[in-house]
Amino acid sequence: MQYFIQQLINGLTLGSIYGLIAIGYTMVYGIIGMINFAHGDIFMIGAFIALIVFLALTSLFYSVPVVIALLIMMIVAMLMTSLYNWTIEKVAYRPLRGSFRLAPLITAIGMSIALSNFVQVTQGPRNKPIPQMVSRVYEIGGISISLKQIIIVVVTAVLLTLFWYLVNKTSLGRAQRACEQDRKMAALLGIDVDRTISITFIMGASLAAVAGTLFLMYYGVVSFSDGFVPGVKAFTAAVLGGIGSLPGAVLGGLLIGFIESMWSAYFSIDYKDVAAFSILAIVLIFLPSGILGRPEVEKV
Amino acid sequence: MAGKALLDIKGVETYYGNIRALNGVDVSVDEGEIVALIGANGAGKSTLMMTIFGTPRARSGSIVFNGTDITQMPTHEIARLRIAQSPEGRRIFPRMTVMENLQMGASLDNLKYYDEDVEKVFHLFPRLKERIGQRGGTLSGGEQQMLSIGRALMARPKLLLLDEPSLGLAPLIVKQIFDAIRELNRTQGLTVFLVEQNAFGALKLATRGYVMVNGNVTMSGSGAELLANPEIRAAYLEGGRH
Ligand SMILES: Nc1ncnc2c1ncn2[C@@H]1O[C@H](COP(=O)(O)OP(=O)(O)OP(=O)(O)O)[C@@H](O)[C@H]1O
Ligand SMILES: [Mg+2]
Repeated sequence: MQYFIQQLINGLTLGSIYGLIAIGYTMVYGIIGMINFAHGDIFMIGAFIALIVFLALTSLFYSVPVVIALLIMMIVAMLMTSLYNWTIEKVAYRPLRGSFRLAPLITAIGMSIALSNFVQVTQGPRNKPIPQMVSRVYEIGGISISLKQIIIVVVTAVLLTLFWYLVNKTSLGRAQRACEQDRKMAALLGIDVDRTISITFIMGASLAAVAGTLFLMYYGVVSFSDGFVPGVKAFTAAVLGGIGSLPGAVLGGLLIGFIESMWSAYFSIDYKDVAAFSILAIVLIFLPSGILGRPEVEKV
Repeated sequence: MAGKALLDIKGVETYYGNIRALNGVDVSVDEGEIVALIGANGAGKSTLMMTIFGTPRARSGSIVFNGTDITQMPTHEIARLRIAQSPEGRRIFPRMTVMENLQMGASLDNLKYYDEDVEKVFHLFPRLKERIGQRGGTLSGGEQQMLSIGRALMARPKLLLLDEPSLGLAPLIVKQIFDAIRELNRTQGLTVFLVEQNAFGALKLATRGYVMVNGNVTMSGSGAELLANPEIRAAYLEGGRH
């Protein structure tokens, strides 16, 4: 039982990171109907920027409180990845809006390769480690919870709450949902659709940057290829939860996290990725639109 | 005519791909008028309504609103000049509640006048008030029509475009809507340009009317003139709803 709870906690930690990334996939899909394959690389770039900020901070100051360091890392990573994603949307995707469906998809795959190669060339192909930032571990009834895990879950919960509020209760969120449901009508009501789409890319990038920072803090290492596997898993999470659905992205992320940690704990660590994807395949056979996705039929 | 032209459409041609849907349309709507556009299915009425908003864009000709040339202006900026439309197909946001749909209508002023204006809309369509929390996609056709008109009114328009406001509504509700349009026109000077299949009702309501055939305006005149015209009676009125 203790072991099980331990795995649950590990799964929750992983799942939080996947969930944060998955939101970017699902929001972009919701608003322009395209899978932004470069999103995993945006996450990786977020982790790299956090790394660079960390190195800068530790070389500039004798000691920086960890909370402050993490906060600065996150904020700078959010700003920079937002700039990246905003530019990518404007330069690579917007001109293709309204062309055939596969065009933006192919461009996104190209963007993904370009970004990871760019990081490989500028930062080098090797793993980049940082020293342990947070090392405290709490033992409660035989279960160990690290402070890192607590930070990840708390930061994710706070962000998701803010994000939920933004999407459901503000005029910006309403405009986003309107563009998602009927872009032309939104424009007839005075909504600047291009701007709303840009903001969606910025929001997705910000959450991915936080996920990247948390990833770096948790594993203490990042490499140029780290966008791929977490990116694909987060995408899987988004599909599993129902692409286009925000709660679905979070739920899917948590599920993938749980499946992965349970599988590694009880079966074999080697096949953990296969397990996650097999579950996806099975779910999609029975629930083609994902767990919380809406079925295609709709009045109107 | 009363006042200056609020909307002036000159020689507008609109294409869908290579197919021309409007062949040089001239229409003007003066401030304070109610103008009706009638015509058979596929004549190009909805195309004209949407061309005013630049979606689709006119390939040639000009559209001037309140002295500003809007022919090439982005759609959302045209809306910000206070032109509102209840478009063909109603285009209610299906996964938003009635309230959120109305809030979308009020987004130009960032909900500043929302509370005040929503009461006016509820006064016109009490049914919407009962349905305030219901999702747009689950409303009945008539309720969606009311919501679409209500949402357009929430924008505090100078010019209101209505594409078949009576479509799918019970005769009593149609009368209510026409009465409401007349009332808004009289008390607030709201200018209205509407497309109608219900030609009789529309021409009775309108100060002036235009008749569109195959992408051309073939006739225009005061509502009463058009109503009395034998050709129009034969084409659009006889056997129609009286
Ligand atoms: N998106 C489109 N793509 C191609 N052709 C279109 C499109 N929309 C309209 N058309 C064509 O343009 C012509 C005018 O259509 P429009 O919808 O403006 O007619 P309408 O007068 O509003 O008819 P109705 O009374 O049936 O609503 C029609 O021949 C129609 O088939
Ligand atoms: Mg029409």
